[in-house]
Amino acid sequence: MTSFRNVAALARRELRDALAARWFILYTIAFAVLGLAVSYVSAASAGDAGLSGLGRTTAGLVNIVLLIIPLMALTAGAASVASDRERGMLAYLLALPVARWEVLLAKFVGLGLALVASICLGLGACAAVVAVQGGGASAGAIAWLAGLSVFLAIAMLALGLLVSTAARKASAAVGVCIFLWFSLVFLTDLGLLAGAIAFRLPIERLFAAALGSPLQVFKMWTLLASDATLDVLGPVGVYASETFGGRLHALFAASLAAWVIVPLALAVLTLSRRSAV
Amino acid sequence: MIDLSHLSMRFRRSVAVNDLSVNIPEGTAVALWGANGAGKTTILRCILGLLRYRGEIRVGGIDARRHGTKVRRLIGYVPQELGFYDDLRVGEAVHLVARLKGLRAANTGEALERVGLPGEQRKRIRELSGGMKQRLALALALLGDPPILLLDEVTASLDAHGREALMQLLGRLSGTGRTILFASHREDEVMALADRVAVLDHGRLVATHAASELVDRLGHGATLHLRTAPDRATSALDALRRSGFVATLNGVGIIVPVPNGQKGAPFRVLAEARIAVEDFDLVQTAHREAQP
Repeated sequence: MTSFRNVAALARRELRDALAARWFILYTIAFAVLGLAVSYVSAASAGDAGLSGLGRTTAGLVNIVLLIIPLMALTAGAASVASDRERGMLAYLLALPVARWEVLLAKFVGLGLALVASICLGLGACAAVVAVQGGGASAGAIAWLAGLSVFLAIAMLALGLLVSTAARKASAAVGVCIFLWFSLVFLTDLGLLAGAIAFRLPIERLFAAALGSPLQVFKMWTLLASDATLDVLGPVGVYASETFGGRLHALFAASLAAWVIVPLALAVLTLSRRSAV
Repeated sequence: MIDLSHLSMRFRRSVAVNDLSVNIPEGTAVALWGANGAGKTTILRCILGLLRYRGEIRVGGIDARRHGTKVRRLIGYVPQELGFYDDLRVGEAVHLVARLKGLRAANTGEALERVGLPGEQRKRIRELSGGMKQRLALALALLGDPPILLLDEVTASLDAHGREALMQLLGRLSGTGRTILFASHREDEVMALADRVAVLDHGRLVATHAASELVDRLGHGATLHLRTAPDRATSALDALRRSGFVATLNGVGIIVPVPNGQKGAPFRVLAEARIAVEDFDLVQTAHREAQP
């Protein structure tokens, strides 16, 4: 009960700090503006195309989410613990009757809620544009996209927190996280492509490798949620659909959940083993 | 109340605390005295569980390593500088810390009144001066009336006025039955607050004694300001130095630090050298710092 009270009190503080922070406002504006632009152009160019318009809008938004949300979540996590350590705030907090895991969980919850707010604001504006332009069914797809974006965001936040607990300086933690973001966004795609061509990876291994990347999982899951099949991905998609069928949702959920739980557990372990100053 | 047994702590290359054992009885105020790098802050941080250490720390009979949260419930801590959510208002900070200490409700006004910060509830922490921040830190430490106070060089970042105000507050706290363990390298703070002094040198405990003995043990009890005829000042300086005094000239006369019990010795030296002392002043050096 005390732990819950501590986590709630600190998480509320983290959330308030994040919502007032410049980084949060800038990322949210950038996300909303880009999302609105994509929604408007996609919906306008679709004309009477109906469902194809929905697919185009969602595809555009997926790309915006893939670029902005991981960067936002990784850097938010990276800056948190390390900068508190630099300012002496971590030491002060931990000198109070508060457990280390409580501090970390509070940061995760507080920053996670701030990310949820940012995603809801950004994608909510997009949903409004789509609705005004007559694509009523798109709102459901955007809601799916929002849910999956939140999942991706908290996975990246957990990874950022892990880096932050291990780093001595906030600048180093943010640097590492930007490199991670670049690797996940750009190098994973290239790596899978290179693996498929250079090493002639069998389809099942290629799919297993894709499951190891949170961004690939997010992409495949979004596709599955909007089209109910992965056939558009080619042989790997056909293999996944035929082999796992209805279990694909659970498979993707498990993969992303692992990206939340494992880094968060490692972050708690790292923080509990390191000195607070 | 606080038992440190064979406490050792090392940073990568250097030993910060070396096999230190000391017992701080309930209700006493003990100063950790030593120069920078003596290990004072490190000891306090080990007690709070902020650093990993070897040996054993028990607070109120509780093992600090295994039950850190329980131990910290018994402790109010004032750091060198308060590092807390800067945007928080003073009243909000009191409420937040009270919650984290498991208190049902905090009487914010009373907590702030106690440290001379009445009517500052709406101010943000970043708007407070250094002295006000330290008083807020003390107010936060006192929430829930913990039986133990740990103070880490709390006046280090303050100007003379801020230091004096904080020392008055702390003076009221000593002798109230609380166990106080504080780090300081200022003699005036030790004399004002401590019952006993634990003298540290490079992480080792070199002595423990009553605070009243500190002045004698430090060696230099006072500073003697001597005036001779201007044309005899250099000869007087030479005579004093030959006799082992660390004498210096200033624009007015000669300054000689003198140990307690030997305040008359410079007069004897100058009389033997047939140099007349025209005037003198004796200043008790009660505000000195431990030398590195």
